[in-house]
Amino acid sequence: MSELGPMILNVKGLQKSFDDKDVLKGIDLELYRGQIVALIGSSGSGKSTLLRCVNLLEEISDGQIFLNDEDISDPQINQDEIRRQVGLVFQAYNLFAHLSIEENITLALRHVKGLSTADAKTKALALLDRIGLAEKADEYPDKLSGGQQQRTAIMRAVALEPTLLLLDEVTSALDPELVGEVLELIRDLKAGGTSILMATHELTFARDVADWVVFLDGGVIIEEGPAKEFFSNPQNPRTIEFLQRLRRRAGDA
Amino acid sequence: MSNTKARQGQPSEIELNRRAFRKSRKQKSTLVAILSTLGFAVIAWLSLVNTPGWDRVQKSFFDYDTAVAALPHVLDGLLLNLRVLFFSAIGVLVFGLALALLRTLRSPIFTPIRLLVRGYVDLFRGLPLIIVLYLVGFGIPGLRLEFLGRIPAEVLGTTALILTYSAYVAEVFRAGIEAVHPSQRLAARSLGLTYTQSMRLVVLPQAFRKVAPPLMNDFVSLQKDVGLISVLGAVDAVRGAQIEVAHFANFTPYVVAGLLFVLLAIPTVRLADYVTGRLAKREQAGGVL
Repeated sequence: MSELGPMILNVKGLQKSFDDKDVLKGIDLELYRGQIVALIGSSGSGKSTLLRCVNLLEEISDGQIFLNDEDISDPQINQDEIRRQVGLVFQAYNLFAHLSIEENITLALRHVKGLSTADAKTKALALLDRIGLAEKADEYPDKLSGGQQQRTAIMRAVALEPTLLLLDEVTSALDPELVGEVLELIRDLKAGGTSILMATHELTFARDVADWVVFLDGGVIIEEGPAKEFFSNPQNPRTIEFLQRLRRRAGDA
Repeated sequence: MSNTKARQGQPSEIELNRRAFRKSRKQKSTLVAILSTLGFAVIAWLSLVNTPGWDRVQKSFFDYDTAVAALPHVLDGLLLNLRVLFFSAIGVLVFGLALALLRTLRSPIFTPIRLLVRGYVDLFRGLPLIIVLYLVGFGIPGLRLEFLGRIPAEVLGTTALILTYSAYVAEVFRAGIEAVHPSQRLAARSLGLTYTQSMRLVVLPQAFRKVAPPLMNDFVSLQKDVGLISVLGAVDAVRGAQIEVAHFANFTPYVVAGLLFVLLAIPTVRLADYVTGRLAKREQAGGVL
């Protein structure tokens, strides 16, 4: 691994419980500029909760989260300001149903970034062009395939030029033949230098593209390491079992 | 491969036969519908006019000359109803939406406001409109507030209508706001939009679409209830008809006024049906809207 850039995200001892259920039990995580860190683990392991904590959509129970050395878990901070810097893409796309896909992208550009209508439109069209959807700019989300919707949702987040992009199992709701186009886009983003923290079930993709892989189980990090080593030589029995189970399922499909 | 052929514009023999059959079946059912409707109308009409006492009923409720004589006065009154309807509808939309929004505020600071709004909605949904009309229409002038001057009955009536209908409409709006999936709000917030921006730009536009049909139903109700301002002495269509009824000692003017209200309601009812149908269709197609 070449030398690391500045640290973008630093999670220290993060805990999160809902009522009396502990979902995250002390997570430590670092992410450096331009890196992709992949979170893997079975559903319910806390991946999504971790991402939502980083985007301040959940109030954390203990620990600290630093974004560019700034403690964003401090309740005195302007949370909307932080969310502008951290993009989040959801498993179910969550495109705005009443807006065309172009308007989906321009909405935050205009109202959060303060771009003029014309500038926002130009930028949105350029982004849609990048994913081959410029002709569909005026279509509504429900007229698009899942893959097209998800790529639009990613561009909606990327449009704000976030410091950090969070991807929450962005391919899990897609038909198998549509997964490729979304992964291709993520590969593109990495090539462009975007820092990404992603929860995923795509092991092959994680091995090829991620810099660092973190295996979560029961709200704790069981094992982590550089992607190649992590997959070729897992140490913890639980990691081994998880990887085998997932590979078997992928083999069956 | 016959499928692709058909798409190129040359339907197969079988398809042509099917189409011919469907067409003739459709023509037959249209014919049957027309004949049965005509037959039924004739029977209904004959039995009505041959009913003993029909003459007296007709004279009392459907007298042509009285209708013509009463019409101008009733129409004059209807214009007042329309004015009241216009201002009430706008007032109800604004006030109802404000109430609904206040009720969705989550912060603990707003607890008293939320409770107040809830109390208001409970109170005015339970209160009979006629009581509100009496209280506002006769009670407020009864206070003899000099600085207000003499308030016209229609203004007081409009106020009473707004007070009552806003409570209903607030509930409709609130239901609409809650029916917008939380993931939409989450997506808006994750982009850095503030609470107010998310509400204005994402939640409300979708909520409005969802509540359009029930809102139109409330509008139809309001269209009829504007006639109640007559109890405050405003000379609207109902009051105008009442004066004519007293003058001619004949009930036809009430029927005239009633029919005018029905005519007024029909476009709204049809529009509501159309909008509801369109939304249902979109939903069946799997769309979110």
